[in-house]
Amino acid sequence: MLIYGRFPEITALSKELIGPTMSHWQRLLSRMHHFQAVSMQAQTVYTRILSHRTRHVSTGVSTRSDLLKSLELHMKNMRKKAAAALPGSDWSPYEMTPGLPPERVDILIVGGGVVGWSIAYWLKRKTRPRDSLRVLVVEKDPTYAQASTVLSAGGIRQQFSLAENIQLSLASADFLKNINDHLGVLNEDPVDLQFNHSGYLFVASEKGAHVMEANYQTQRYAGAKVKLLSPTQLKVMFPWINTDGVALASYGLENEGWFDPWTLLYAFRRKALSMGVEQCFGEVTGFNHRVHSVENKEMGRLHIKRITHANVQMPNSIEFQPVECTVVINAAGANSGKVAEMVGIGYGPQGMVKGTPIPVEPRKRYIYVVHCPHGPGMDTPFLVDYSGVYLRREGLGGNYITGLSPDEVEEPNSTNLDVDHDFFHEKIWANLAHRVPAFECLKVTSAWAGFYDYNTFDQNGLLGIHHQVRNMYFATGFSGHGLQQSPAIGRAMAELILDGSYQTLNLSALDVKRIFYEEPLLEKNIV
Amino acid sequence: MAASLKMTWGSCQRMPWLVARRYLSATPASPPTIMSRFLLRLSQQFYDVEQFVTWSSTLRDRLVRRRNLFYGYAQQNYGDNIAAAYYILSVKGSFRFAGQTEWFRTNARGRFSYEFMSFPDSMIEDIDLSGTLINHNGLNNIVSQLQLRRLTLRGCPEVDGWFLTRLHVFSDTLEELDISHCPRVTVGALCALQHLRKLRHLDISGLPSVNNPGLVRILVEEMLPHCLVTGAEYSQGLEDNMQTNIEQTSINHPTASEARPRSEQSGLSSTERQGQMQ
Repeated sequence: MLIYGRFPEITALSKELIGPTMSHWQRLLSRMHHFQAVSMQAQTVYTRILSHRTRHVSTGVSTRSDLLKSLELHMKNMRKKAAAALPGSDWSPYEMTPGLPPERVDILIVGGGVVGWSIAYWLKRKTRPRDSLRVLVVEKDPTYAQASTVLSAGGIRQQFSLAENIQLSLASADFLKNINDHLGVLNEDPVDLQFNHSGYLFVASEKGAHVMEANYQTQRYAGAKVKLLSPTQLKVMFPWINTDGVALASYGLENEGWFDPWTLLYAFRRKALSMGVEQCFGEVTGFNHRVHSVENKEMGRLHIKRITHANVQMPNSIEFQPVECTVVINAAGANSGKVAEMVGIGYGPQGMVKGTPIPVEPRKRYIYVVHCPHGPGMDTPFLVDYSGVYLRREGLGGNYITGLSPDEVEEPNSTNLDVDHDFFHEKIWANLAHRVPAFECLKVTSAWAGFYDYNTFDQNGLLGIHHQVRNMYFATGFSGHGLQQSPAIGRAMAELILDGSYQTLNLSALDVKRIFYEEPLLEKNIV
Repeated sequence: MAASLKMTWGSCQRMPWLVARRYLSATPASPPTIMSRFLLRLSQQFYDVEQFVTWSSTLRDRLVRRRNLFYGYAQQNYGDNIAAAYYILSVKGSFRFAGQTEWFRTNARGRFSYEFMSFPDSMIEDIDLSGTLINHNGLNNIVSQLQLRRLTLRGCPEVDGWFLTRLHVFSDTLEELDISHCPRVTVGALCALQHLRKLRHLDISGLPSVNNPGLVRILVEEMLPHCLVTGAEYSQGLEDNMQTNIEQTSINHPTASEARPRSEQSGLSSTERQGQMQ
């Protein structure tokens, strides 16, 4: 590449950009150049180089290196064009919209939250060979601005009243213990959940003490490590608590705490993508389905639907792609009810099975970050008062996170995620200061709001297949404990789809059909 | 012949996963060596090197799992105490029975005598598991020893928060705990120690995952008021902040985010300096 001659292009280049090899060439060229004597300016530069023997001298123009650089650029472009012209490249004369989903997939997961990606991971983990199952995850918002996963407080607990919830949470804790064995990707950073092993502390008044004792029996039977504390024991263990009005407290000893939800979501997503799951940013706006009618003696004429295509609309565009799919999984969180309506669930005479919608709707919950200089230290558990106020430590600088689930009648407006600061002053502060006197002087530094995918029927998850839409599975309605149960939910759904029935945990009590049979499965410990 | 083969096989086993595990494990400890960086580069270019690295990390995981099996047969046939003793010696730890002064150890080749079998009713009081591969699963063998007073876990690579939460079963008797130089112990893991109300001596020196040891020591002392916490000076983390602030103000006005990464980097060097001074 030793081309030299008269090239009057003058651009400013510093020696550092050129690099050692180029400066070597330059020295060679300069020697020849010296003998040819083309440009006075360049000549003075090169004589200076030769006389002073310095490596990094940036003195404005140097035409030789500049010429070589532009030549290299030209060669690179030509090589690119040649590669595009040869067969095997992805150049096409028609302009394709970037980011369109594939035209045909096996399983389409609506919703890219932690539950959706967990299901995608488990589906891929259970199928061999690698590309035998085509899974697509469709997520509406690439910024996850309103996603419940990333806005959650990130706690995991086993203190539920329903045995299935306890088992789901225990199984998820087991998953998180060995998370790098499950979700570690070669040559990538290991997963660090920043898990705080602090335990949940539920505090009950006289009214709720017997419920707490019954729950304690269920929890111990299911394998959770929980301890009951009397008010005196509570005062000994946590001297900063005011035990006024407390009849009983229950404290989790193992497998409880809080972690970073973003890290878990990212870990699931990274591992699933490495296993071959496809991802599309778009919104599912409708489904094409075919109907076939069946005559039933008791129930009359039934219309069984089967989804054939899902219409995925591209962001900021009216363009959509109908994706042909065998199975659709509704893991859309707070928007699951809307997605179910798109296939006609809920349109029918009231009271009939056909007219029963999926009762999942978004409910806004506020979280406030407060700073209290004399607050409790590292032994602060995830404290949940009987008034519903919860509190946990955040970091080591005296910051805490607090919130409250409002009563049914006082639900805030769920159209946006604006924070109502009066809610803290009216509802939370008094109860908080009563329970922990150190919080009488505090300062609210920040706040945010997120949606619960609230199951208005019985506040427990909805799993399983819809009996009228025969290829739509549900994994939604967790009402605030979806994140902590997501690894186990993913495994359960993958078993249900691929093996036909639950293999490790029997979650048939959480099936969707209980909505139609009107058999609520109430969870008493909703925070 | 067999012994020498075994030795070379042992050293062969150790080398690759030492390299591979260092960047595959969840430790922010030391920056990767030239060898491990070279191996990483090679594994990004060549499929066979990548497969080799995967195999070595799989072998390492298998080794950890083997070290943490539940010794159910021993427990069923010889009782809890002998099973616990047998387990501790199998993972190359050492222990001492309550009421005795003699320590039961393994020799350099991992061999031990079976004298502990003559004490089926003695509970173990003092366990040293430094440098072993014990994790939260291996604790299943030891939770029966409810008279445990001292536990040493110096330099255990698999001890993390999940292990420390399980120590709540010893909350009535455990008096001394040494978790120094465990790369996976984080601040969140130290929160789990609040159950150990009888703890009198805690050693948290040299924890690479803890970025501000001085602050953590203050918080742990607040959490466990009767416990003596050693291994971290109050000035650790604080001094470096002041130093970096002085340096930075002389150049330009620093922002808080600029000062923090500098102090984290210089935190390591200050602990080294402290170690040298000690």
